[in-house]
Amino acid sequence: MEERTAEHAAPSDERSGEGEPSGSLTGYTVGLAFALLLTGASFLVSQTDLLWAPGVPAGLAVLAVAQMGVHLVFFLHISTGPDNTNNVLALAFGVLIVALIVSGSLWIMANLNANMLPASAIMEMQR
Amino acid sequence: MSAAAGTAQLPGLGSTLASGSEGPAPVRIVVAYGFWIFLLSDIIMFSALFASYAVLSGQTAGGPSGRTLFELRHVGIETLCLLFSSYTCGLGLLAIERRRLRDFYIAFAFTFVLGATFLGLELSEFTGLVARGAGPSRSAFLSAFFSLVGLHGAHVTAGLSWLIFLVAQTAARGPRDFVRRRLLCFSLFWHALDIIWVALLTLVYLMGAR
Repeated sequence: MEERTAEHAAPSDERSGEGEPSGSLTGYTVGLAFALLLTGASFLVSQTDLLWAPGVPAGLAVLAVAQMGVHLVFFLHISTGPDNTNNVLALAFGVLIVALIVSGSLWIMANLNANMLPASAIMEMQR
Repeated sequence: MSAAAGTAQLPGLGSTLASGSEGPAPVRIVVAYGFWIFLLSDIIMFSALFASYAVLSGQTAGGPSGRTLFELRHVGIETLCLLFSSYTCGLGLLAIERRRLRDFYIAFAFTFVLGATFLGLELSEFTGLVARGAGPSRSAFLSAFFSLVGLHGAHVTAGLSWLIFLVAQTAARGPRDFVRRRLLCFSLFWHALDIIWVALLTLVYLMGAR
């Protein structure tokens, strides 16, 4: 068991036959059921008046984030296990960068939009 | 063996200590970690396009808006195709881990067909939009729409060609360690595309069609 193959410095994955990072049939099926449920809820919320109209975007965002969580846990097998610490840290960093890019772009562009002269006024000044 | 006996005496911390005292992590874990970092960088690239879409989605330049263009029934079928192809991809991975080659081929055939159906539906939507005069050059909103949704479609196309390549490799080389590691990376890629589609569906289609 301690034999190292010459090809790789790390031990080969002989013992990963137990399906370590690749989950189980029930895991995938539960994940699919959750995903279908959340997708259906998203369509329902956006197409009907079940939710107070100004709250619909927030509701859709919550459902989307929940579904992404379901995909991460049940399909990509991101968990809190000891093998997964690095994956979770990388994910946290990725989420930070994505949040900075999206919220920063929206903030800056909204600010520019509010402070910029209308296009017609700029044309007037250049005349 | 003595090292294993030593860690067995520490209940609770056992698994953490064992993974530290056994030397480097298995290749499979390292490969999956590296590929996960690539996927995160891909998601960051998508986030830039999401941001530009969110900024430009109102700038229709007098042209059609999402409310008149998007057909949610069509989009719903696309979503189901992608979701079920993700599921069958996971089943295929389970089958190859248990060396059940026939189940693996069936599951990946379903994955391919569902992915190709998704791509066909998306292409028909794109050609329909261009035919109605709502191509990418019509307005800033449509430029952002086509680049964001088109980039996702390009990823699905790349994934489908990768899938064909990997199935051919499995047929030629058998379910060896390196083949199964590549299949694991493919499944991570395919599931990540599904995550991006969830964001896309919500921001572009469900919020845009209201």
